[in-house]
Amino acid sequence: MSLLDYFRITKGGSASLAKERLQILVAHERSSRNQPSYLPQLQKELLEVIRKYIHVEQDAISVNFEQDDNQETLEVNIVLPDIDTKKTKNAKNT
Amino acid sequence: MARIIVVTSGKGGVGKTTTSAAIAMGLAKKGHKTAVIDFDVGLRNLDLIMGCERRVVYDFVNVINQEATLNQALIRDKNCNLLYILPASQTRDKDALSLEGVGRVLDELKKDFKYIVCDSPAGIEKGAHLAMYFADDAFVVTNPEVSSVRDSDRMLGILASKSRRAELSEEPIKEYLLLTRYSPDRVKLGEMLSVDDVQEILSLHLLGVIPESKSVLNASNSGTPVILDEKSDAGQAYADIVARYLGENRPHRFIDDKKGFFRNFFGGK
Repeated sequence: MSLLDYFRITKGGSASLAKERLQILVAHERSSRNQPSYLPQLQKELLEVIRKYIHVEQDAISVNFEQDDNQETLEVNIVLPDIDTKKTKNAKNT
Repeated sequence: MARIIVVTSGKGGVGKTTTSAAIAMGLAKKGHKTAVIDFDVGLRNLDLIMGCERRVVYDFVNVINQEATLNQALIRDKNCNLLYILPASQTRDKDALSLEGVGRVLDELKKDFKYIVCDSPAGIEKGAHLAMYFADDAFVVTNPEVSSVRDSDRMLGILASKSRRAELSEEPIKEYLLLTRYSPDRVKLGEMLSVDDVQEILSLHLLGVIPESKSVLNASNSGTPVILDEKSDAGQAYADIVARYLGENRPHRFIDDKKGFFRNFFGGK
């Protein structure tokens, strides 16, 4: 850095932005990396079964897989469509 | 026991072949019989970087297909008689390499060599998979740049799940970070990810930093691994890396701005 630089208030600083973006991205990609490969198929089949009984949208179901030190959790979340009572039900399966 | 080192990155153009050539030469210069294999079938370039492109008669695929013996295909380096190069073939057949074939060649090399350096192609296709599959150590070559860091992380995931060691639940591949094309002055200005940033994101053991250097292009122009240019910064950085890998304790260099305080202060170039 030269003498002049000491008087410059702003630096070029795009590196901090790069770091922030990478940290978010890498964390996200790592969490999905450990998921079992059957997850998309499971999601699809679950949706088919549910649709036999109730009409739900494609995005109404989410399947999450989480891994802790000593346990694996499979979380299935289905948002049922609004009926006249306007309530949503959540089904959670561990 | 022989050790198999894969030089990998996911992303192309970050310096895998330059690193493979330099590391292999460095290990051989330290007295270890070393072979370096080009896994980039169809786009071979290690021969050019090692300066032996006119001596290629048989290649890796010929050996796998048993059209030539390993000894016929191995090219002895002109600068160091402990270093041998196994070039890739220029065939367009992507499936020319097979897991069994590569395993057989590596087993044969292990009988005679101390280190086997596998220069991986870019990407995560078959060639890259085969280059890392049998590895004991992985040198992950990364540029301080977003796409390279992301691809390196992806590669780490593959090393941890798709390698022979992972499949057999053996001790995992030892992974090392080699940060290449580093510009300390740009880091200082906040324009480039720092070593600490990259290490924090990838949580990898740092083997060394290779500064952005004119000597790398000079070396590839002339077909001599840059490590032989002992006066150059990149050459010295690779020499440090080889020494550290072999267990020597050398402080990291080329991380800070090389200009002196007074020159910095007065804006000298």
